[in-house]
Amino acid sequence: MSSKMTFKCTSIYPGTASAPALVSDEAVCFYLVKPDTGVVIEKGHMLEGKSMEGKVLVAHSGKGSSVVQMDGLFKIDRKGKGPRGVVLRNPDPVFVTALLVMEIPSVFDVEESFFDSVKDGQQIVLDSESGVVTLIEN
Amino acid sequence: MILTEEQQGMLNGEQGEAVSYSMRIQTGLGRVFGAKRMVPITRAHVALSSQDADLWFVEKLLGLGGKCKIPPTVNPSVDLCYLNRHLAEIPDEGKQIVSATNAAYRKIGAILTFNCTPYLQQNVPAFGEVISFSESSATPYVNSVIGARSNRESSQSALCAAITGLVPEYGFLLEENRKAEILVEVRTPLEGDFDYQLLGWCYPLKYPGPEVPAFVGIEERPTPEGFMNFGAQLNTSGSVGMYHIVGITPEAPDIEIAFGGKKPKMKVEITRSDLDDVRKKICGEPGKIDFAMFGCPHLSIRQVEDIARVTEGKKFAVDVWILTSSLTKELAGRMGYLDVINRAGGHIICDT
Repeated sequence: MSSKMTFKCTSIYPGTASAPALVSDEAVCFYLVKPDTGVVIEKGHMLEGKSMEGKVLVAHSGKGSSVVQMDGLFKIDRKGKGPRGVVLRNPDPVFVTALLVMEIPSVFDVEESFFDSVKDGQQIVLDSESGVVTLIEN
Repeated sequence: MILTEEQQGMLNGEQGEAVSYSMRIQTGLGRVFGAKRMVPITRAHVALSSQDADLWFVEKLLGLGGKCKIPPTVNPSVDLCYLNRHLAEIPDEGKQIVSATNAAYRKIGAILTFNCTPYLQQNVPAFGEVISFSESSATPYVNSVIGARSNRESSQSALCAAITGLVPEYGFLLEENRKAEILVEVRTPLEGDFDYQLLGWCYPLKYPGPEVPAFVGIEERPTPEGFMNFGAQLNTSGSVGMYHIVGITPEAPDIEIAFGGKKPKMKVEITRSDLDDVRKKICGEPGKIDFAMFGCPHLSIRQVEDIARVTEGKKFAVDVWILTSSLTKELAGRMGYLDVINRAGGHIICDT
């Protein structure tokens, strides 16, 4: 039996994605991700060694200069190793522009309880246009 | 967000596809940050980087017929000719992406300054001017030291702004968001530009939030280079796009005005021992080095002079690269600093 929990959110870039969650309580810099594999290579980062490929990335926030964030996301996306969707907790202009330019289904302004509930690897259904994120519990 | 009739037309494609595409990105950004309208800009600076995404995006806009309404200045590229002649054979792949990026930016209407300190030369805004600047050291400088108004833009959002001549109005463009929230008491005299580097590193370690801090206890006005170091560190080791120094920067004649009459949300204290700790952390152990590079952000003529002064009559033991703008290199030639540095075996490289 699987149960579902739904949370309201607001769209950044429209689209849908259904994939396992990759949860980062720390700021994410796409430049510190290996483009060929989508694996985070930032030393000491909680996602170090994990791949973004085919995941819905749940990111606390972004970091990195006005240039590297976009270039990093571009490289992994072009190689098909990027996230399918992004839930961004604390939006900043650089991260948001990168999502808009790379046209990645993404949301922000998610109900706070989502972040207490979501677990790494859990299936997430992100529907940006309807403004709903769903967590599927097995 | 409410658009004027003209802006709605821009979004709908009345001024071409590049304007429409840029408007879609900018209104999307504005929506996320709660902007109520789009407002005109009078200056832009784009952090050109000659990276894959940079070239892809500018060529995409060109393909859509893009032309900048506000010609932006741009960040450093690579002085291929100098590097190739004096330092190393540049691989073809590198030559191609640099040349293609330069050509694309020229075609889209950018001014090829290749300088990461536009706020010191070539694109200096005035107090209150609404602008779109995307370089880590630039955002804090234009907001804090000059009192111009720019959000922390990515190179793509700044290029969109140059295309449309507009920005979504949110963040530092609004008076209420320019007020300080964090009070920082600096309990040590600051001596020289390097101390501002340390202070800029130190503050985000004490308080990592993006809120505007107001620094008190700084008696003497920092030099432009001190301000430059300070802002660059605040915005890269932290994410501070604007700060005040009470009694010195233009929007903080006193604490009352800096905080907009509100009480600080938090107080932070910085002592000499905090700065010493940062110094130990970033400087590492003394020992042999293989290479020395100066100029991120680009060195000013005064900083080039500092290096020339200690270099006079000596020989460098390792490769030394000094990065600066083409204007500053020209000036360094006239002042004799270039000769001194070249005779010591060092290089001044511009546009890089």
